Amino acid sequence: MTFVPHTDADREAMLAVIGVERMDALFADVPEPFRFPALDLPPARSELEVERELQGVASKSARLLEAPGFLGAGSYRHYIPATVDSVLRRGEFFTSYTPYQAEISQGILQATFEYQSMICELTAMDVSTASHYDGATALAEAALLALAVGQGRRSKIVASQNLHPQYREVVSTYLAGTTAELAIPATSDAAAASVAALLDVDTAACIVQSPNYFGQLEPMTMLAQRAHAVGALLIAVPDPIALGMFRAPGDDGADIVAAEGQSLGISPSFGGPHLGILAMKQALVRRSAGRLVGETVDADGERGYVLTLATREQHIRREKATSNICTNAALTALAAAVYLATVGRSGLRRIAELCYHKSHYAAAQIASLPGCGINPQAPDNPFFKEFVVRLPIPAERANAAIEAEIGVVGGRALGLDFADREDQLLLAVTELHTRKDIDALVAVLRKTVSTGISR
Amino acid sequence: MSEPTLFEKSAAGRCAIALPELDVPGSALPDELLRDDLALPELSQLDLVRHYQRLSERSFGVDSGFYPLGSCTMKYNPRIGEALARLPGFTDAHPLQSIESVQGPLEIMFRLQSWLAEIGGFARVSLQPAAGAQGEFTALLMMRAWQRDRGEGHRTQILIPDSAHGTNPASTSMAGLSVLEIPSDSRGNISLDALRAACDETVVGLMITNPNTLGLFEQQIEEVIELVHRCGGLVYGDGANMNALAGVLRPGDLGIDLMHYNLHKTFSTPHGGGGPGSGPLAVSDELRDYLPAPVVERVVDEEHGDVETRYRLESPSKSIGRMCSFHGNFGMIVRAYAYIALHGIAGLRENSMHAVLNANYLRVMLRDNYPVPFDRTNMHEFVCRGDVGSEGVSATDVCKRLIDYGFHPPTSHFPLVVPHALMIEPTETESLETLDGFVAAMLEIEREARDAPEHLRAAPHTAPVKRLDEVRAARQPILRSRVQS
Repeated sequence: MTFVPHTDADREAMLAVIGVERMDALFADVPEPFRFPALDLPPARSELEVERELQGVASKSARLLEAPGFLGAGSYRHYIPATVDSVLRRGEFFTSYTPYQAEISQGILQATFEYQSMICELTAMDVSTASHYDGATALAEAALLALAVGQGRRSKIVASQNLHPQYREVVSTYLAGTTAELAIPATSDAAAASVAALLDVDTAACIVQSPNYFGQLEPMTMLAQRAHAVGALLIAVPDPIALGMFRAPGDDGADIVAAEGQSLGISPSFGGPHLGILAMKQALVRRSAGRLVGETVDADGERGYVLTLATREQHIRREKATSNICTNAALTALAAAVYLATVGRSGLRRIAELCYHKSHYAAAQIASLPGCGINPQAPDNPFFKEFVVRLPIPAERANAAIEAEIGVVGGRALGLDFADREDQLLLAVTELHTRKDIDALVAVLRKTVSTGISR
Repeated sequence: MSEPTLFEKSAAGRCAIALPELDVPGSALPDELLRDDLALPELSQLDLVRHYQRLSERSFGVDSGFYPLGSCTMKYNPRIGEALARLPGFTDAHPLQSIESVQGPLEIMFRLQSWLAEIGGFARVSLQPAAGAQGEFTALLMMRAWQRDRGEGHRTQILIPDSAHGTNPASTSMAGLSVLEIPSDSRGNISLDALRAACDETVVGLMITNPNTLGLFEQQIEEVIELVHRCGGLVYGDGANMNALAGVLRPGDLGIDLMHYNLHKTFSTPHGGGGPGSGPLAVSDELRDYLPAPVVERVVDEEHGDVETRYRLESPSKSIGRMCSFHGNFGMIVRAYAYIALHGIAGLRENSMHAVLNANYLRVMLRDNYPVPFDRTNMHEFVCRGDVGSEGVSATDVCKRLIDYGFHPPTSHFPLVVPHALMIEPTETESLETLDGFVAAMLEIEREARDAPEHLRAAPHTAPVKRLDEVRAARQPILRSRVQS
């Protein structure tokens, strides 16, 4: 079917006004040999049939998803309050375009302004953009911003091996259009110190993910001081849920915050859409990528909101723009705003602490299993909701047991990211997990490692 | 009356949701790393819901009314797409689960890759780019990598018509390439003479939007492509305007080498107030190995006499790398899949033809009052001038006055080649009655522009706010608010 409302009479009347006899005649400019090709696509199906097909497809992957699993690594299942989707389903929001016409778009503009404000609170930054595609691209834009601040005199972005491997890849891709390079220490031992050793006057920025890919907090203040000492910027990559309890990056010296906002009321959705958070100190805003909503007044002096500082953007500045970004992630930013306003100050703290205590409980239980260790690279570093388990068996085997016996998704087998970590499993524990869920995980691991060892 | 902000509505101690108690023994907290300064708003759930209800009432979507925003394809977003993208087997699926456990989502991705390749006449598609602009950037990196592999890394120029979207030159700069602008000719086509003069051994390629932003089909598109190919360049098609051509013409058949789609335009995934969208990139066989990683591949196993189809994620052999985390905006992929499945090829063609019918109808109905500088059969949109009626009336005034009549304004002041441009794209899902209502409003506004121009210049009159002071917003930026302490 289509959603075309025209009747035969409508078409005839319209063609008569235009002055052509047939619809085909409107396509005379299209080269004749290529016009109206035969295409190998399935024939149209009814809504009922399409729904049935996709329900079938979705149910195939639903088997492991009824209860929360233990896989995080950059995309997390957290509780999503019912308020979030009820707002997202408002047609005035989800069927609107970028609010270029401010007077008819005050609602989405104000919601975005409030999002920006809450992100600033969360990160202790002065300015937040309206959104980016995801955490990795927000980080890439942050790197480009740092290079722009360096005005071509600084050509190195430094990051540690503890940065999410996919973020590293995305930053590298984005840097392909520049003469700059991404410098990463060869070893993951003493990560913060080896990162600090790479900082020099050629460095535009130092990227610090904290909690890092392995769930552990990094010494942000030390790295910020070291970065600033050589005139470089510090780009922090936090987990926004962790900021419910841990110090904000802006208070630890960060100049830019780039983060994945998916934890804030957005489902994993097989990897997207997610939400790129980009926030910064005031001095950096005019070189930044991304839309900004600002407060102003109308002709009667009443408060209102508009897209502002647009002279940075592609539709005004074209090749001199700070970025090519146009479409962003407005609706997932709205989800994050509704989420943050729903849980509020005390709720975000509570959720963060639930993640902290439950993951520490799980880690302590697993640490007592024979042959298992927690966070082998840096056992003394604090962690938030994710941690690494070193196992006496391949991590993939532990995952298979978790899937088979509990029927949920296991963790991230780190051998997939690092050749020397085949025996390590990255587990995420959040407020969704009950003690029973965690105990079941520990029981499966106990059984699996003991069978594994006895073999 | 303005709606107070969340921060103004906040009162210490309120909370909109109850959370579970801790059911495990607590662990020691690292006190020196903790904060106690988090000033998020605190509201009751009812106040929160009313807040967003009121904000939604102060917004305008396709659901609210006619939204002829040129080049944005603001067509109806079918509700079934919303329902299907929210199936738990999709929303809860983790992008890093074992490949065996996500065969369903991968199958959807594989089929959409195949369908998009077929619709555009290309060999291979990556669903990874998160938006059209990212699709452009991806394509430019691929074009450059392809030429470097052929020993032609010295090429640095991207040719871009003067009517192009701003993302084209901005993406070019991000890819480290330089822009050479090619003027339009008197019929609204890219100037063949200027293009011929620009085509040399410095050219990486041409970025071309067809139909262009004037809504016109490039009448010499075959010559254009041949000129660029002859000098060793590649041709990139900006697929933003594919709603004129899906089912009508496959750009790949003309020799276009790469093209992005906007799933949030042609395939009607909702725009969401500015995103998220999805900008899949389709390429010719020559370029397939350079696509960003990963792409979905189909494997047919024939073991023990059983035939089993499996899907897996693969990195193309010369991939330019990864453009964003994970596999693309899967939620948008599901919606676009459902949209194409509902339509089939006949439905897609019917859409394009009615989009073109509607746009031509509006052009003819309005052209006596709103001059159309390139007045020939247009495709899915057209551009007229908004400085009508009396001296000093601008396209902006017409736009703001349309708000009072209950319509979303068209795109204005773009493309840059037409002063006071109004770029009108009705889409196929609008009825004749709606179009006629819009025409009546436009004609009335043109009469007002003659008789009462000051009334236009003060518009809108019925919106929640009067015209906003954008200069002040930029000069004294206020980009956040706070909880009042």
